[in-house]
Amino acid sequence: MPISPSEIKWVDERTLRPWDWLYLPALWDGLSTTVRHMFSRKVTIEFPEQRPSIPPHYKGVHRLNRDEQGRVRCVACYLCATACPAHCIDIVAAPSPWPDREKYPELFVIDELRCIYCGMCEEACPVDAIELTTLYDLTGFSREEMLFDKEKLLAVYDYTVAKGSDPIRTHRGVLGPASEIASQQPAPLPNT
Amino acid sequence: MDWLTIGLILFVITWLQTVCAYLIYLERKVAAWVQDRKGPNRVGPWGLLQPIADGLKFLLKEQVVPAHVHRSLYILAPSIAVITTMLAFAVVPFGPTDVSAPDRLRFIIAPNIDIGLLFIFAIGSLNVYSIILGGWASNNKYSLLGCLRSAAQIISYEIPLALSALGVVLLAGSLNLEQILHEQARAGLSGWLIWYQPLGGLLFFVSALAESNRLPFDLPEAEQELVGGYHTEYSGLKFALFFLGEYTHVITVSFLMAILYFGGWHFPAIAEYGSRYIGATAIKVLILWAKASLFILLIMLLRWTLPRFRFDQLMHLSWMGLVPLALANLVTVMLVRHWALRPWLLAPGSLLILLAALLWLGLLREKRYAT
Repeated sequence: MPISPSEIKWVDERTLRPWDWLYLPALWDGLSTTVRHMFSRKVTIEFPEQRPSIPPHYKGVHRLNRDEQGRVRCVACYLCATACPAHCIDIVAAPSPWPDREKYPELFVIDELRCIYCGMCEEACPVDAIELTTLYDLTGFSREEMLFDKEKLLAVYDYTVAKGSDPIRTHRGVLGPASEIASQQPAPLPNT
Repeated sequence: MDWLTIGLILFVITWLQTVCAYLIYLERKVAAWVQDRKGPNRVGPWGLLQPIADGLKFLLKEQVVPAHVHRSLYILAPSIAVITTMLAFAVVPFGPTDVSAPDRLRFIIAPNIDIGLLFIFAIGSLNVYSIILGGWASNNKYSLLGCLRSAAQIISYEIPLALSALGVVLLAGSLNLEQILHEQARAGLSGWLIWYQPLGGLLFFVSALAESNRLPFDLPEAEQELVGGYHTEYSGLKFALFFLGEYTHVITVSFLMAILYFGGWHFPAIAEYGSRYIGATAIKVLILWAKASLFILLIMLLRWTLPRFRFDQLMHLSWMGLVPLALANLVTVMLVRHWALRPWLLAPGSLLILLAALLWLGLLREKRYAT
């Protein structure tokens, strides 16, 4: 979108007056700014004691969403694994035990150390099964520990739901467009 | 050489090192406050043990000597940096001293050195060897380039530094720092030389900033732009020694500013020349240290106020700005002394010099815009 001319503010270069040529008034201005900031309110958040409030569109640890019946939403379509630029998603599909879908993930492992947290998996997901949450302080003692399997990812879902920190992209409770079996029409695009 | 002097030397060395360590802490704190942060606050209450942790880290670090360096000079360079700056402090009074009769409790290592100021300049100029040797012995072309331009900087700024201080020397009639302080304290608040040498004080401060490699003249280091400068190849304790030298220089410069221009330990009503009450000595020491601390704080604030000079601007400022101004200032003082005029004429004199400089700058600008 082009910037409208009314939003452009042109600032002319200040003409220097003779006493400005000595740099001393500018020095005084600068020092007063510096001193003012010395006593201004500090923005530091002392991390382990104080927790920052993370914006809900933050891309942190993944979660695997559950549907209304508490089953894993994933249909093991491999779209996320295909979209993933870091190849950190490993899915093993199996025939679904439920009648409303063909497949479900028997294994669903994300290597959280390999992930670059770009969010392309959740954009690729047709059923909104995978989402990035606001959990940011991810640590572990070993590499194996950081391979998040299906149970762990579902646990992240339960944790974030209990905490009430759903990411803003979530469609929890509403099935994604691909899983709308009842209506055969193409689903309307959201928010257009 | 008596035991008093040896004790005093030991005290000053430990004291300087402690103060330097805490200056680094203060530097980080001030940097943080100016940037709306809180600064180091994890080690001990308010982070007060941070300098000790840093010092331990420096001591315990591996002493890396790269294979391609000139070994002896490489090790010599940081030692020179510390030795010269510490040596310069020998003639700086850090408390009230009695010129006529040095007493038992004295606040200067070498009392009554008649060449005091000259000694400081002479020893201080040796500091450039640490930079040159450090850069050259590193056997690294970037270190060499860094050391060359910092050597050029230090040599350039020594001239206005000495020229501006000469005004004070002429007014006080002595090179002895104690004598200069003594004269000011005896004359009271109106005797502070900053009233007679406002321009000289400013020039001295600016040149001293450049001498001690502080921003906005820290081209030798220029953390954000260069890999490092002359100390790129240094690490661990040897790097810390360069740091120690720099901060000792800052302390010396701040003391010099307080002593030469701001009356030293003199403060109206509290610490007059004749103050004889109990604890007067302690008060005088505290006042001198407070004045020096204010200058240290100013130097730290300036660091976060002014952007770094470009190298040609740096040279231009020294040779085209400070040197002529300092010369003019010196000539004014000489005229006043020669015809025995009233010394207060020096204040409007400084103003006149500044006006003349403005006029000259204006002419320069006219010429630049005309072409």
